[in-house]
Amino acid sequence: MSTHAATHDESQYYVPHSSRWPIIGSMSLFLLVGGAVVTLNGWGSGWSFLPGILGILTLFFGWFHDVIGENQKGMFNLAVDRSFRMGMMWFIVSEIFFFAAFFGALFYARQLSVPWLGGEGVKPFNKLLLWQEYSPTWPTNGPGAVGGHADGSFETIPAFGLPAINTALLLASGVTITIAHHALRAGHRGILKIFLAATFVLGFIFVYFQGTEYHHAYTELGLKLSTGIYGSTFFMLTGFHGLHVTIGAIMLTVVWLRVMKGHFTPERHFAFEATAWYWHFVDVVWLILFVFVYWI
Amino acid sequence: MAHSEHADHAEHDHHGPAHGFIQRWVMATNHKDIGTMYLVFAGLMFLIGGAMALVIRAELWTPGLQFVDPQFFNSMTTMHALVMIFGGMMPAWTGLANWMIPMQVGAPDMALPRLNNFSFWILPFAFLMLLATLFVPGGAPAGGWTIYPPLVVQGGANFPMSMFAIHMMGISSILGAINVIVTIMNMRAPGMTLLRMPMFTWTWLITAYLLILVMPVLAGAVTMVITDHYFGTTFFSAAGGGDPVLYQHIFWFFGHPEVYILILPAFGVVSEIIPTFSRKPLFGYESMVYASASIGFLSFIVWAHHMFTVGMPLAGQMFFMLTTMMIAVPTGVKVFNWSTTMWKGSLTFEPPMLFAIAFLFLFTIGGFSGLMLAITPADFQYHDSYFVVAHFHYVLVPGALFAIIAAVYYWLPKWSGHMYNQTLAKWHFWLSAVFVNVLFFPQHFLGLAGMPRRIPDYATQFADWNAVSSIGAFGFGFAQLLFVWLIISCVRGGEKASDHVWEDTHGLEWELSSPAPYHSWTTPPSDAVILRGTTGH
Ligand SMILES: [Cu+2]
Repeated sequence: MSTHAATHDESQYYVPHSSRWPIIGSMSLFLLVGGAVVTLNGWGSGWSFLPGILGILTLFFGWFHDVIGENQKGMFNLAVDRSFRMGMMWFIVSEIFFFAAFFGALFYARQLSVPWLGGEGVKPFNKLLLWQEYSPTWPTNGPGAVGGHADGSFETIPAFGLPAINTALLLASGVTITIAHHALRAGHRGILKIFLAATFVLGFIFVYFQGTEYHHAYTELGLKLSTGIYGSTFFMLTGFHGLHVTIGAIMLTVVWLRVMKGHFTPERHFAFEATAWYWHFVDVVWLILFVFVYWI
Repeated sequence: MAHSEHADHAEHDHHGPAHGFIQRWVMATNHKDIGTMYLVFAGLMFLIGGAMALVIRAELWTPGLQFVDPQFFNSMTTMHALVMIFGGMMPAWTGLANWMIPMQVGAPDMALPRLNNFSFWILPFAFLMLLATLFVPGGAPAGGWTIYPPLVVQGGANFPMSMFAIHMMGISSILGAINVIVTIMNMRAPGMTLLRMPMFTWTWLITAYLLILVMPVLAGAVTMVITDHYFGTTFFSAAGGGDPVLYQHIFWFFGHPEVYILILPAFGVVSEIIPTFSRKPLFGYESMVYASASIGFLSFIVWAHHMFTVGMPLAGQMFFMLTTMMIAVPTGVKVFNWSTTMWKGSLTFEPPMLFAIAFLFLFTIGGFSGLMLAITPADFQYHDSYFVVAHFHYVLVPGALFAIIAAVYYWLPKWSGHMYNQTLAKWHFWLSAVFVNVLFFPQHFLGLAGMPRRIPDYATQFADWNAVSSIGAFGFGFAQLLFVWLIISCVRGGEKASDHVWEDTHGLEWELSSPAPYHSWTTPPSDAVILRGTTGH
């Protein structure tokens, strides 16, 4: 017969007694989207985001602080560890499908709607009656030549410039994190620290390059979020990806700080692995993006 | 003996409910407390969404405009759908999942208890934001729950509010679904193999996969609508090379699996109730599991049957017609299995069974009208008519909602420890079953005769059946007050329920005492207990 005081007992699945973080989280989320509503409706300035952002930061800091503390006290048995792993895996799956919506939009535009606008396939009347002048070639900002330079033109970013360098950076970061993982499992903490640091540094360099690329696109190429369907898909896909790289690099930094504090053992290091999975996911999304957005 | 084990637990257990409202409910981590909050929230939303439906039916009582202006009418149809789907049905199923899945698989709680509470508490805030649109300049969203651009992009102050409310609901559903999957995959008692799992847990597992795969896609669609409105993207504008029809593809890639998210747990509930009151094991348990999985898979490749009239290429129309009809095969397997379970059983007609049998017949009607709608050339006639309204309300009201009611009548004694007044519950059943048909069956006739959906006024030839339908609506709505009263009085007291509650129950939840102990299976049930629970298969 088990007793319930023994939460440290390996056979007991740890069920926290009560927690303030969920309610703080949902209120912060409400404040955050409330800030978005206030700003978008013109009811107030962008400062209305501030309470929500502070709340969300408090949430992440506080919640993870609690969980890491419990973990360090050894309150999580292997079953809890497995729950965390599965939870992270399925979270990443949901992220994949979020990106799928935008890739779906890209493929739909390139394969179906843009050719149709040019009168191809089952839609000859688009050409005959609506847009005689329009030739449906990718990249395009549509028959209305929306956005771009004053004359409606725009240029794209060639794949084998900065994007190729960024690809190399992310692939290299995939290698460094794998080396760091092997080092962690072999107990080589020195190598772990160096290669983990290298990983997030590569990530932040990627984000910096992405920023310069955006600046170039906006100021010189006439390529903006509003530059028709090309600009829409380009910036939404690379933008959400860049956001995920930023989040991933912050996660790596936090894991690195924990490594510096002596957390993780060769056997038990869920946070490290979860971050590594996330990083590989971000990597793979970039490869698909590089091929279909920049290259072909 | 399992029962004595749990009597022991009650005494040792110093982890009972926390004292104080905030400690116990707001900061909850217990799956039963969170399940209760989900169910209470869903009940509240059913009442609000139901009141909106009554506004609609009052306006449609006779031709002409009598109570509300057309803009508000359109707000009511839009909000009714959003509130019922995201506020009523989905939280009700999640509440039932919270209560039942740990009990059914032999787990102490949900796998990620804090995340569980987070999933719940997002919802009240999301609906605060959605319902607040009723009071902003320009009123609530009125472009339909499917939020099609370009119409929706013309919305006023309600636009960002409803969009971000949907984002919040999506986050809640995804986190809830992750929790369900992890609980089922990781927290089962050692002897609880996948093919010993109760059908309710099985169907919820498949539902959770659907949620994880489609809710992010809805988030993507909503995000694109927001950026099209505010940041100049042209995903859904032909001038920039986009296409409004693209929105419909993305939305219905979410939207069709969504209807299975609402109905699969209903299949699970009915698969639990019919064997109990037929005193026979479920016929074809494994085929039920495989049929549910097939429905889950097929639900991803049928979405464009909602858009046959947008001008798709013929090959697309053919593909989506045939895949849609294919869903009738696994659904037919299910209906066959339920009927065969009852065949030569010793049937009794307690309230849960009555609702389950009504589900069987009336959901099948909704399934058949769905087949009619799947026929592309016929759909050109039915599209956007009241026939469609009749179809999906048959699937959702005497379908999903009856299954939720059946589940509550089935498990409420286990939750509260008391038996409710069964005579009154039977009254509730007969009133509901009669009025729901008075309400929705005439809408088939209206649709076939040509009445379009989402209009506040109509030609006089539609007057008679509209009046009948409105009578049904008010009858059905007020009958549900009886349900509310029955639940409240059952929770507060009444005849003591036994641990097994019904005569021939199978499943681990019945091996726990009534009311169920605060922590479900702090020690995993032994193989013998699991086998006794699952001999039903
Ligand atoms: Cu559908």
